[in-house]
Amino acid sequence: MRKPEFVYVTYIETTPEKLWEALTSSEFSKRYWFGTELKTDWKVGSPFALVMNGTTMDTGEILEADRPRRLSYSFQHARDDEMRNERPTKVVFNLEPHGKLVKLTLTHEDFEDGSKLLDGISRGWPAILSSLKSMLESGTALAIPPSALGIEGFE
Amino acid sequence: MNIDNFKPAIVYTIYIASTPEKVWQALTTAEFSRKYFSGFAIEAELKVGGAFVARAPDGSVHINGEVIECDPPNKLTITWNVNWPALVEKLGVTLVTYEIERAGDAVRLTLTQAHDRPIDDDILSGGRQGWPAILSSLKSLLETGEALVIKMEPPQRMLAALKKMGIGTP
Repeated sequence: MRKPEFVYVTYIETTPEKLWEALTSSEFSKRYWFGTELKTDWKVGSPFALVMNGTTMDTGEILEADRPRRLSYSFQHARDDEMRNERPTKVVFNLEPHGKLVKLTLTHEDFEDGSKLLDGISRGWPAILSSLKSMLESGTALAIPPSALGIEGFE
Repeated sequence: MNIDNFKPAIVYTIYIASTPEKVWQALTTAEFSRKYFSGFAIEAELKVGGAFVARAPDGSVHINGEVIECDPPNKLTITWNVNWPALVEKLGVTLVTYEIERAGDAVRLTLTQAHDRPIDDDILSGGRQGWPAILSSLKSLLETGEALVIKMEPPQRMLAALKKMGIGTP
């Protein structure tokens, strides 16, 4: 059996620089990430927080920031009582030029066995990264209602 | 064949600014598939028991399958057997399900590749490499009118694993 992790690959017609900007700027993240702002200075060792409409959803620390190739932060949920007691996990974005495209690989790992957070992020990331791809390619992010994701407490 | 015996090995979800009808059309017609699926033509007889074929640009049959469930534009289950000698005999049937659901103004497309026995990660690496490329390109096609040009290396890890099992590969 594979270890509990979530891997998502998508190909985007953009440049690594633009994709990096979209992954690290609140101006963009608010559009494709359910209104989420990214609170950090992106320096290795700095604190990191995902703030959705004023509510801190997740926190962590910047682990790697090798612009525009690799970005990594630790990730711990902050709100749901059950999930916030799970151990910190790790998010890694790899950005690779692929012809005129960029191959984006997200790996979210280090989950506890039976993690509730793993179920939640497995529903969340495809929506966030699909919307990011739409925004970069067509200029318009997707309008997905949070309730459509089927994550308990995320509406 | 009892599809209840099949367990998901690969699941890939993608959201598309489109309608369920257009996503269904893109998944089941050659007109669209040639653009997002490396020139391959999908020929689907859309009824249970109907033929489901993906024809390579040279006209040869690459995927030889059958429609198992057909509920347009919501759900399509097909057998997805790569047409290489001894493949089905050694690996069993590969089952692919597309589920199409509205999610606000967008559509959620969920692909599931399932098998009736444990399949080695080396062999699954082929699908793990291929599906994100195919479905990323399908999304771009429906949203922007242009599919992506994704140059893929042959799935060497999968081909080596199949060869070791005595499956004829190109």
